[in-house]
Amino acid sequence: MVSENAIVIKDLRKSFKDVVVLEGIDFVVRRGTVFALLGPNGAGKTTTVRILSTLLPPDSGQITVNGYDVVREGDKVRASIGLSGQFAAVDEYLTGFENLEMMGQLYRLNLAQSRSRSQELLEQFELVDAAARPVKTYSGGMRRRLDLAASLVAKPPILFLDEPTTGLDPRSRLVMWNIIKELVAGGTTILLTTQYLDEADQLADRIVVIDVGKVIAEGSSDELKQQVGGERLELTVAQAADFERACQVIDGEMLHTDPESRTISLVSKQGMKQFKQILDRLDDADIEVEDLSLRRPTLDDVFLALTGHGAVKEADEEGKAVGVDAR
Amino acid sequence: MNEPVVSTHDGTVVYRPPLGWAVNDSWVLIKRSLKHITRNLDQLLSVLIQPIMFMLLFRYVFGGAIDTGETSYVNFLTAGVLVQQAAFGASTTAIGLAVDLQRGIVDRFRSLPMFSPALLIGHIVADLTRNTISAIIMFVVAFAVGFRPNANIVEWALVFGLLLLFTLAISWMSAILGLLVKSLEAAQWFAFLLILPLTFLSSAYVPTDSMPKALRVFAENQPITHAIEAMRAWMVGTPVDNHGWISLIWFIGIIAVSMPIATWLFRHQTPRSA
Repeated sequence: MVSENAIVIKDLRKSFKDVVVLEGIDFVVRRGTVFALLGPNGAGKTTTVRILSTLLPPDSGQITVNGYDVVREGDKVRASIGLSGQFAAVDEYLTGFENLEMMGQLYRLNLAQSRSRSQELLEQFELVDAAARPVKTYSGGMRRRLDLAASLVAKPPILFLDEPTTGLDPRSRLVMWNIIKELVAGGTTILLTTQYLDEADQLADRIVVIDVGKVIAEGSSDELKQQVGGERLELTVAQAADFERACQVIDGEMLHTDPESRTISLVSKQGMKQFKQILDRLDDADIEVEDLSLRRPTLDDVFLALTGHGAVKEADEEGKAVGVDAR
Repeated sequence: MNEPVVSTHDGTVVYRPPLGWAVNDSWVLIKRSLKHITRNLDQLLSVLIQPIMFMLLFRYVFGGAIDTGETSYVNFLTAGVLVQQAAFGASTTAIGLAVDLQRGIVDRFRSLPMFSPALLIGHIVADLTRNTISAIIMFVVAFAVGFRPNANIVEWALVFGLLLLFTLAISWMSAILGLLVKSLEAAQWFAFLLILPLTFLSSAYVPTDSMPKALRVFAENQPITHAIEAMRAWMVGTPVDNHGWISLIWFIGIIAVSMPIATWLFRHQTPRSA
């Protein structure tokens, strides 16, 4: 019997000693879709993935993956999934080909199957030239690609990607996105975690936003954006000295101000008419505007509206991840 | 845990008895760890150079100052170098496991439908292999610098048998260490800090009766001394007493305790609490 839902989580709870990490998470992932678990560091994303992939037992809750219970049918869950973690978990001293071949054999393919599958993946992930080299000579992006390839050896129907692009340069990130899109087109169900809002926006059919162990919003990217209203006006004040005054002059709901970059953004309620009024008022007050733009809300705005704090200090996280990779 | 699972590749259903899979998975990971011996320069050097270095250092630098009575120093020394090198070699499991934990490789293996202790078995079989190679190299050097054993074939078999049993015991203990420490550096230091004093506080390089009383009591009764005394007796004909039996009991005991602990830790430990 093939269940319609690839993953079902009901009231998942998990604590480490006294620290509550997950406080009752619920969500359902439909087959053949990409599901993003979005949240800042420490929100519980990785813990959720570890529980789904049977690396950690849940404290309570009902969790099924591919129709199998993660606690009672761990082996069947493991045979249904591929996992690619935050760090490229590949063997440094083996070659790219050997890494994949080893994974194939552990996924219980026979030697011939696992060799031909390894070759296939090396071609798909553009690693053919490096196939015979030990992985310690690979770049960060190549390692992550190999790591993802390793999780695909057995063509698992469900794939968990824990922050698949953290620490990657923009080009490698695009390559990774394309690979993910191809996989979904081929029918794989993907659950990915990310702290990059644009990533969830780009890839996911459905997004769950979690913060400190709770689901705070769920929906498609468009649905989430609707929750925070329409278009936004963003303007930059030319002189830092005028910034405070500009904020007072504009004065509206959901005003977001950033003194450092001298930007003010606000949600449009009455469209262009309102913007014109604002510009007139600023002009009357003799405040010069350096830059002005009108944009659709991003998931950043969603996050801000939902949690009251900004999304992520991305530069920080990236620095950390790169540091780990370079080890 | 080990019931046959359905391979998802092409929907092929592969049934094999649990033991068959355990052997299959162990073999795959033994091959992995064996490749590390030749590709990891650190490991290769410690296998090739360290036994030669210790043999020559003690034979020529310290040897002249140590009185071993009727037995020539090189005949006395060989069993000591053999056991100490085996202890260092067996600590590689701790280092290998710490690295695997740190790199997330343990997580990856634990998320596969495999017989997970195969990873431990891979590291430990690599220790046994490495120690066998080291021992052969050490014996070649020992013969070159005057080692003259009088062992027969049975005694040689006993020496190698005990050496492998000893390696196995230390390897399972280092598996526990590797699973408990938080980093590669910690694994290296712990292994060094445990093995160096334990192997020197034995009859490896000096007769124990030259030590102060407290140290002597410890040295004469600890398992490493029993192993060294037994091997020395089989190789060069010093009195064997009960050293062989006592070693056997010690190391089988250590394996019986540490193997289940290591396996349990491997299944239940959370390497990174992210």
